[in-house]
Amino acid sequence: MNAQILLEFAINVLSMGSLYALISLGLVFVFGICKLVNYAYGEFITVSAYVLYFLGVFTGLPWLLVFLFGILAGVAVGFFSELVAFRPFRERSLDALLVTSFAVSVILQRLFQLGISPRSKAVPVPAFFNMNIQILGVITPLRNLLIIGTTVVLLTVLVLIMKYTTLGVAMRGASENFVTARLMGVPANLMISVAFIISGFLAGVVAIFWSARTGSVEPMMGGTPLLIGFIAVVIGGMHSLPGSVVGGYVYAFISNVLSLTLPSSLLSFRDAFMFAIVIAFLVLKPEGLLRGNYQEERVG
Amino acid sequence: MNLAKKLSNQQENIKQPAAKDISQYFDFSRKSSTVVILIAILVVIGYFIWWLNIPFIEDIFTAGTITLIMTLGFQLFMGNSGILNWSYVGYVGIGAFASAIFSMTPAVKTMQIPTMYPFLINLHLPFPVALLAGALVAMTVAAIIAWPLMRLSDAVGAITQFALLIVINVMLSQWSQVTNGPRTFTLGGKRLTTLWVALGVAVLVIIAVYYFKESSLGLKLRATRDDRYAARSSGINFVAVRYCAYVASAFIGGLAGGLYSHYILSITAASFYMSELFMILSMVVIGGSMSVSGAFFGTLLVTLLRQFLRQVELFLTRSGFEASGSTEIVVAVLMIIFLIWQADGITGGRELSWRSIKRRLPSGSKKRNKVLKNKKQEEKA
Repeated sequence: MNAQILLEFAINVLSMGSLYALISLGLVFVFGICKLVNYAYGEFITVSAYVLYFLGVFTGLPWLLVFLFGILAGVAVGFFSELVAFRPFRERSLDALLVTSFAVSVILQRLFQLGISPRSKAVPVPAFFNMNIQILGVITPLRNLLIIGTTVVLLTVLVLIMKYTTLGVAMRGASENFVTARLMGVPANLMISVAFIISGFLAGVVAIFWSARTGSVEPMMGGTPLLIGFIAVVIGGMHSLPGSVVGGYVYAFISNVLSLTLPSSLLSFRDAFMFAIVIAFLVLKPEGLLRGNYQEERVG
Repeated sequence: MNLAKKLSNQQENIKQPAAKDISQYFDFSRKSSTVVILIAILVVIGYFIWWLNIPFIEDIFTAGTITLIMTLGFQLFMGNSGILNWSYVGYVGIGAFASAIFSMTPAVKTMQIPTMYPFLINLHLPFPVALLAGALVAMTVAAIIAWPLMRLSDAVGAITQFALLIVINVMLSQWSQVTNGPRTFTLGGKRLTTLWVALGVAVLVIIAVYYFKESSLGLKLRATRDDRYAARSSGINFVAVRYCAYVASAFIGGLAGGLYSHYILSITAASFYMSELFMILSMVVIGGSMSVSGAFFGTLLVTLLRQFLRQVELFLTRSGFEASGSTEIVVAVLMIIFLIWQADGITGGRELSWRSIKRRLPSGSKKRNKVLKNKKQEEKA
């Protein structure tokens, strides 16, 4: 019996952690290259989720194509938002970038409210996603295993790209030291575009599993994954890609443990505890669990 | 840096004799004219609106003045330190709830918020004291938690403040024994924040914020904003300087929150979150975050714009279009446009002063041209 609870706990942590790892990876790709904390990232996810909703409800496309278009929508919104809103600020202060990403997020949210609906819409999910399966006596929906598998595949592909292709090496160089990388002939615009495209791609993948879990999409849905991404990124280390993945899993672990151990009267304060942990990390261990190779001055 | 120079020249400037000119009565210390002009504008508008005596416009003005106090407090920290202070609206919320709890009578409290702690129910203070007490509560919270956070700058500083805002918001929205939880908190009674109360507090806050900026503390803080390392090597303890400004900013935020809750009379934790912050931020950015005049004119401009857009929105909705939320889109687009082409806002980061107005006036520019001509002739000779 005890082993079963432990296994259930492990599956929960792993599946949630995988989703959170993808979320925080999407944030860190952009942060690594242009040091922008992208508040509009949550809205990238929302855009993809809306595309899933529209294609799923109004067209009879096979689900694989629907997913593909959803991911493409994330890529497109990442690419174009960078082109329109962030590129003019390249040489400006970080605060201007931050404020802009906040403004972009507000604009997108209001556009969803105006153009689609302020109420939430049910997103159709392929039936096998919610099919319950049994592993060693633990019953879990198949999507929990799918997200773990997807994450493993995606991470492997990303690691291979980052390690063995010219683009990957250039990306890693640019995220360590952008100025030096440019001096070595790395094209700045391309790097930033690619970072936003990968970020949008990950947002698209996240949108599939997020809307499968919640079953719906609404204009404000980007908020929660964004906050989760923040926490995971800060815990894991903002300057390292593996760090953000680790951060995602650690976040899932802490949040599950808190859900189990906190007395019910304090359960509604769980988010406050999580963000208090974030503040503690930023103050006490600002480099996160995993250090990146290159440390920019962060304190002072 | 310019500021470092200013710091060392400060002493000498004071000793310089005042220019013998008629304008010295307006220019009595170039610095004070800004405060006089801003207060004059506010009081004249306020008096005119009070004289008009149209409740609808009076309400807009009172709400706008409360927002002005919020933006001024926000500018006090963000403008001078350069750190994006998300948690500010959290302190506004703390001030709003605290002062409301202090000023409500025990009878109303037991009726409105049955879950409240008994010792809070029996607290009762007159309105002005409650307002101050609420601001002091916000300030105390800031004073307790802020010290270790003040080391962090840039993106990390912003994320910390963001996390802090969420912590405060969760506390406000879940602590049913104090804030009635996620339900609406109704104050009952009549509106205590009248036009003149808001105006009076705003005048005091303009004076406080402006002289803080011009004080040696403010100058040090601005020096840390421009160049952290240069400021540090000049012996400025940037953590301490930031801390003072942060706590002061929380106090003003709390004050504004108290005025807000006694104006609007029913509040929830959700009224002190992202959309409120976005409003304040847009005002400060569009006006120019680096100067008090920027916060002032940004508030004026954005308040007018929002009122206008709201009317358009209402009109559109009545004629059958779905238009709610378009105000935010326009303001956000405007903010991005400003950030791209005029990052220092409409004031360009400068203060409005008698001298800057004089320069624009035809007689002033004539005089200046004469001086310039004379100088050129001297150079030629």
